[in-house]
Amino acid sequence: MLSRTADSLFWLSRYVERADYLARVLEAATRLSALPRAYGTGTNEWESALATAGCRDLFQRFHETPSAANVTDFLAFSEDNPASIRKCLEIARTNARAVRTALTSEMWEAINGAWLELQQMPAHADADGLMRFLDWVKEMSLRVDGSGYRTMLRNDAYWFARLGIFIERADNTARILDVKYHVLLPEHAVVGGGIDYAQWAAILRAVSALTSYHWVYRQGLQPWLIADLLILNQQMPRSLAACYEAIVGNLERLGSDYGRHGEAQRLARSTYVQLQNSRIEQVFQGGLHEFISAFIVNNNRLGGAIAAQYLS
Amino acid sequence: MLIHVRHRTRYHYEQPVKSIIQALRLMPRNHEGQYVRRWQIDLDHDGTLRPGEDAFGNVMHMLSLDGPIQDLCLTVEGEVDMQDTNGILRGTCERFPPQFFLRETPLTRADAAITEFARDLFGRHGGNALKTLHALLATLHLDMAFDTEPTDTSTSAADAFALKRGVCQDLSHVFIAAARVLNIPARYVGGYLMRSDEAIHQEAGHAWAEAHIPGLGWVGFDPANGICPTESHIRVGIGLDYLGAAPIRGARLGGASEKMAVEVTVADSHLDSQNGQDNQIRWQRPPETARQASQQFQA
Amino acid sequence: MAFDEMRFADGGIRPPYAEVARWLQGVTSAQLERRRAEAELFYRRGGVTFAVYGDAQGEERIIPYDIIPRILSGVEWARLKTGLEQRIRTLNHYLADIYGPREILKAGIVPEDLVWQNPAYRPEMAGLAVPHGIHIHIAGIDIVRVDGDDFYVLEDNARTPSGVSYMLGGREISIRLMPELYAAHRVAPIENYPNELLATLQSTAPRNANKDPIAVLLTPGQYNSAYYEHSFLADKMGIELVEGSDLFVRDSVVFMRTTEGPKRVDIIYRRLDDAFIDPLVFDPGSMLGVPGLFAAYAAGNVTLANAVGTGAVDDKVVYSYVPDMVRFYLGEEPILKNVPTWRCRQKDDLAYVLDHLSELVVKEVHGSGGYGMLVGPHATGADIEEFRQRLLAAPANYIAQPTLSLSTCPAFVDQGIAPRHVDLRPFVLTGADGIRIVPGGLTRVALRQGSLVVNSSQGGGTKDTWVIEDPEMPEARA
Repeated sequence: MLSRTADSLFWLSRYVERADYLARVLEAATRLSALPRAYGTGTNEWESALATAGCRDLFQRFHETPSAANVTDFLAFSEDNPASIRKCLEIARTNARAVRTALTSEMWEAINGAWLELQQMPAHADADGLMRFLDWVKEMSLRVDGSGYRTMLRNDAYWFARLGIFIERADNTARILDVKYHVLLPEHAVVGGGIDYAQWAAILRAVSALTSYHWVYRQGLQPWLIADLLILNQQMPRSLAACYEAIVGNLERLGSDYGRHGEAQRLARSTYVQLQNSRIEQVFQGGLHEFISAFIVNNNRLGGAIAAQYLS
Repeated sequence: MLIHVRHRTRYHYEQPVKSIIQALRLMPRNHEGQYVRRWQIDLDHDGTLRPGEDAFGNVMHMLSLDGPIQDLCLTVEGEVDMQDTNGILRGTCERFPPQFFLRETPLTRADAAITEFARDLFGRHGGNALKTLHALLATLHLDMAFDTEPTDTSTSAADAFALKRGVCQDLSHVFIAAARVLNIPARYVGGYLMRSDEAIHQEAGHAWAEAHIPGLGWVGFDPANGICPTESHIRVGIGLDYLGAAPIRGARLGGASEKMAVEVTVADSHLDSQNGQDNQIRWQRPPETARQASQQFQA
Repeated sequence: MAFDEMRFADGGIRPPYAEVARWLQGVTSAQLERRRAEAELFYRRGGVTFAVYGDAQGEERIIPYDIIPRILSGVEWARLKTGLEQRIRTLNHYLADIYGPREILKAGIVPEDLVWQNPAYRPEMAGLAVPHGIHIHIAGIDIVRVDGDDFYVLEDNARTPSGVSYMLGGREISIRLMPELYAAHRVAPIENYPNELLATLQSTAPRNANKDPIAVLLTPGQYNSAYYEHSFLADKMGIELVEGSDLFVRDSVVFMRTTEGPKRVDIIYRRLDDAFIDPLVFDPGSMLGVPGLFAAYAAGNVTLANAVGTGAVDDKVVYSYVPDMVRFYLGEEPILKNVPTWRCRQKDDLAYVLDHLSELVVKEVHGSGGYGMLVGPHATGADIEEFRQRLLAAPANYIAQPTLSLSTCPAFVDQGIAPRHVDLRPFVLTGADGIRIVPGGLTRVALRQGSLVVNSSQGGGTKDTWVIEDPEMPEARA
């Protein structure tokens, strides 16, 4: 297939995934900021939302102090932010349109339909409207994801689309961990109490893993278990390990389909093996922050290798 | 007179370039008054250089290079035996009838000002084509200041004429536009000039114009110097305008921004060898791989 | 009174329309309205849209579709088809000639300046041997009728004619929405057009091509007005829809960038104008083309369909010489007629045109899409005055033709069923193995009462065109 087609499929998936993630980050921040001030929360929730979205620097070019209003607007609707939810959906649709014939009609209708609905929505929203918007975004990503999963032929087009989802998802999970890692560090465990619980719950909620946590560990929220769930647990669909299981699987299929393995396969396997063989204690010993920073670098490098090997 | 030419174009790219493709019109052809003794194109990278001809019979090489390339040097070097023919051309390679060269192009479109200017000259010279062209040559040389600042390779004749300044390319475009207004076929010539002021080292090639006069055929006019081409004018490429005769038209993938440096040396071969190459960067032999791939052309 | 393709002047029904007339009597306006709405829905859902130039919104619109099919009898089609073949052979001869030996100029049949001063004539093509000698692989010849006997050529489109997706879409709708009427005829199929096009393209592969030549469709991109058609055709032919940046040239061979590495491309069905295909040779500012493509083409390593410079045959002055070309190259009499054309570049013609502006249609020599023309009988005094000034300023830019009373067909419009003016664009494919024409073509209809302008950009619609088996020839049914 054309490299440009693969590129569009890859980025189409990434942008839909990112929109979904941004919606979850905003939802978590909204919940935290609604807690009484005694819980030590407040505007820094909005700052950390910007950090997890990876656009704090850009935000500062347009606004001074982060607030509920300007951060939600910036992350959800802003035209200034090239990675706002609105922009993500526009870019996803542009990519979809460019490869219209590589998509099933179900998938095209899911994306184009979402884009058409977006045109009808107000350019800004109050608190009530925001929650409805975020729910709509999550539902939209399910529609796109599901339509692809149910209808696309299992060939290279599908595998590139799936690769986009999982590279982006791994990046997102790692970003949350990177911003919130201090809440997970052992000394915080001693403190315990409502503040930490609220923070931990927010992290899990942001990756829709609160219920999963209870099913997996059957105990109260413990920071190292949260880290274990999000980094190493392969059952957890947003964990780094699960993302890499999927990435390796898709890259292997591409490699054998094309009869050639390359740098992308090697990098993905290496990261996956490391995740498979690690225990969370080792991760903490080596430093959680260092581990995650290295992961983000490697994940980006893999994205670059996929681009060089297939997409350009 | 035997003239020695060395024309070196260096590129430096901010980031490594993935691939480069260029169309080169850098090789003169023979005609009466111009005989190419030897001529070669070299590059310091592994690539292919495929010779061919363009629409007007200019020798055109297609150059393909694969990266990563961060610095590239393209060298043209040769010797041409020149004789003065009073600007009158014979034995040139002609692919189209003169009438074809009445066609206007975006770069040579005559606006109202050029049209009026041309018609006025024509009227004052009693409708005599040759006299008008000589007047045109003298007037443009006098009225338009040489200035490299305000124009670039995409400046049109009309814009340059309005500015009353420009380089040899702009003056030639105005000359051509004005001639065509008068229904005189005219075309653009790119080449090299051995300057009478003994400035051996130049920053660019030269450009002038040719017009077709019944009975005489094609005649050269160099408005930048206000003269008809002499034995100092080495003719390399012709076209309807600069774009048709451009020495290098290229495209590349990657590289971000680019820096380009051009050094042109045109000198009497005899004197040149006596003077040596003291103030010039010495040419390094290209690496062996490049020598294999880059073909050399001996005339 | 215009020639109506359904009814004789006395109200009787012309034989090809017997079934349609019967059907129209039995069908109610409500039924027709419902089908029209369904047809529109079909186009909208499928995204069969076109972008309108000059529309700041870049809005995607659909072309109105009239559900009543236009009928051509087998006999009518056979004559038209022969005429189209003759015409396209002539146009290909002409291009091979002006880019080659220039015999027609030496013979003084076509004035030289129509070649040398024609901006669509590309000097780069001179002396170039195009693969299999074919210049126009895909042509759209616009045909009109004024009576039951003759077909007139209105315009030859030899560059990148579009509209074939509407032709095919229209047939889909006919079969789905009017099965009873469709079943009452034996309609020659057109659904094989993409196959025919692919076969045509593949037949013209360069000699040193892949064993299974690889063809691609080169589009300017998704913001082009005909992008839908580009993606539709690529999809139906099973070839890649590429943009300039998907292709690159190395050592005068064209490759496409694929996920499996570079893949050689042999044939490019390009829907990109000459000026944009290669910034090294043509417009240096073009971002849509492929640097080095022309060199690869000149080296004989890739086929471009259509060839570069085919526009030299389709301007409106050159048009007026086509009948002479038929005689010159083929030694035959033209089967299709030309609309009489006054060349305003000639003094006598100009004088006549200026005297008769209110009766004539004046067109720009290089204009298209129904823009920049004067329809004398429908123009205001001010319009006519404006054109008079334009003509005087640049007579060579204009031609004039009599106002043809284009034939009409029944159409379903707001006022009910009423005759509307139509033209027809058959698509003529020329490959190394011969000429292919799917029966019929795209019928364009001026939906406004009395209007003669059928262009979609000017409020025209389309109709399905049925070439039916003639009832008087039942033995042909086998």
